[in-house]
Amino acid sequence: MTTLSVVTGSPAVRRALLLAPAMLVIGVFFVGGFAQAIAQSLGHQPLLGGGRWSLDAYRVAADDPAVRSSIALTLRIGILSTVLATTLGVGFALVVRRLGAGRAWLTRLFQGTLAVPHLVGALCIALLLSPSGMTSRTAHAVGLVDDAQQFPALTQDGFGWGIIAEYVWKETPFIAVIALAAMSVNLQRLEDVSRTLGAAPWQRLRHVTLPMLSAPVGAAALLVLAFTMGSYEVPVLLGRPFPAPLSVVTYQTFNDTDLTSRPEAMAIAVLLATLTTMIAAGYLVVTQLARRRHA
Amino acid sequence: MRRLAAIAIAAAVITPLVPLVLWSVAGSWPYPDLLPTDGTTRGLAIVASSESWHALLSSTLIATSVAVLACAIGLPAGRVIGLHRFRGRRMVQFLLVTPVIVPGLAVTLGLQVFFIRWGLSESALGVVLVQLILTVPYAATILGAAFDHFDVDLERQAQVLGAGPWRTTALVTIPVLAPALAATALLTFLISWSEYILTLLIGGGQVQTLPLLLLSAIGSSDTTAAAALGLLVVIPPVLLVAVAARVLRLRGGMLMGVART
Repeated sequence: MTTLSVVTGSPAVRRALLLAPAMLVIGVFFVGGFAQAIAQSLGHQPLLGGGRWSLDAYRVAADDPAVRSSIALTLRIGILSTVLATTLGVGFALVVRRLGAGRAWLTRLFQGTLAVPHLVGALCIALLLSPSGMTSRTAHAVGLVDDAQQFPALTQDGFGWGIIAEYVWKETPFIAVIALAAMSVNLQRLEDVSRTLGAAPWQRLRHVTLPMLSAPVGAAALLVLAFTMGSYEVPVLLGRPFPAPLSVVTYQTFNDTDLTSRPEAMAIAVLLATLTTMIAAGYLVVTQLARRRHA
Repeated sequence: MRRLAAIAIAAAVITPLVPLVLWSVAGSWPYPDLLPTDGTTRGLAIVASSESWHALLSSTLIATSVAVLACAIGLPAGRVIGLHRFRGRRMVQFLLVTPVIVPGLAVTLGLQVFFIRWGLSESALGVVLVQLILTVPYAATILGAAFDHFDVDLERQAQVLGAGPWRTTALVTIPVLAPALAATALLTFLISWSEYILTLLIGGGQVQTLPLLLLSAIGSSDTTAAAALGLLVVIPPVLLVAVAARVLRLRGGMLMGVART
């Protein structure tokens, strides 16, 4: 077996040694960092020496209009982006799967977009959808608008359309790649069987194809949901400073020159982490229940 | 009909990149013109400036270090998850997935105090270490899945034939797992390459990677400069994935983590 198995006899010790580096990263950086954020939100002030334990930071955050307007926006962006990207991604995969030579070509294109950093994606969406962007110029060319002011606000808008557009553009190919990988030869065989048994095309889609996709696409959608709720650079470029998603509000508050707003920043960070975890857990419960009912 | 749908899909994917490319060479592009009125090589000069090259070098070094470390840490952890059945295995798996769900921003705000105390803030080493939070979970999970299909008898055969533990690892284990390792390295490299907020918080603006340079260029409202830098940020990873897809025959599961980039 591995090097370590010779050095130590006990399997438990060997396992612990093999896991140690990864657990060190997760235990010290992740758990330690998050515990420190919670401690600071409760009044612990390591840089100012000591501090007093209290829930004041949470009270301040609860009364802060920036935070209050932020929660609905964060949820809206996360849920809408995930639903749109998942639906479109599965739809794309169903179309691309039936293509001949085009299938490999489009799969490559999807994989290529996966490598585009979100920051660049946000810049692209800004140049495409802003009042003087490419879409506005095209609308002008065909006579839909007379000038840039007439073009509807799709970036730096209150609803978050620009942010959602970026996430959908970046995450749809991701879902499509996962769905295409799940549509293996195995699935083709199952579909052939259901066809010989007399299933109509939509019955095959509903009872054979989509159930086969649900586990991998469901996991991918969860990643998208968690990412779109916590990401910073996309809303900072494409959204407004107010109302802004919780990630942006967290950083704004943290960056406040007044050091006394640090506990509030930590409280908002903890709120963001709790909200994301709760939504992810809720998603898992709902999908588990749905799967059990099907089975 | 199907062809038409395929063309529409390709157009939807490519369209947002078109204004980026046009702006990178646009000398002037007043509204409402559909194309730039004249071209410029100013974007090229910005990309070739020493500041850009420095950021390119920082990004490459940091992302390579992160990829190598994440693989080195994820390989032994993946072995335990993939090959061992023990009490607490689910707990280990759960711990390895949580950093993917909990936003890195929330964790790094707390972590900053420790990094300042340990002298790791405002250093490239600190940036590499903080990015391990995002990459080690993916590395351990992908390599754990690879070890699921790993035949331990191959290692036993090497040992029966007289190979020591190091030689067995180097000549049997790693070659067998090479495709999964390469996919892990690619994925963790991409996550690191795209990372912005963790680098800003721990690097304190002293560690200038390409995304940091790009965001300040966007803030300066020089669209040509921003678009040119945008291309510099986007071309290396896209080329890397194009080459890797050809060489590795990337499978969907291996690409799961790219959502984070």
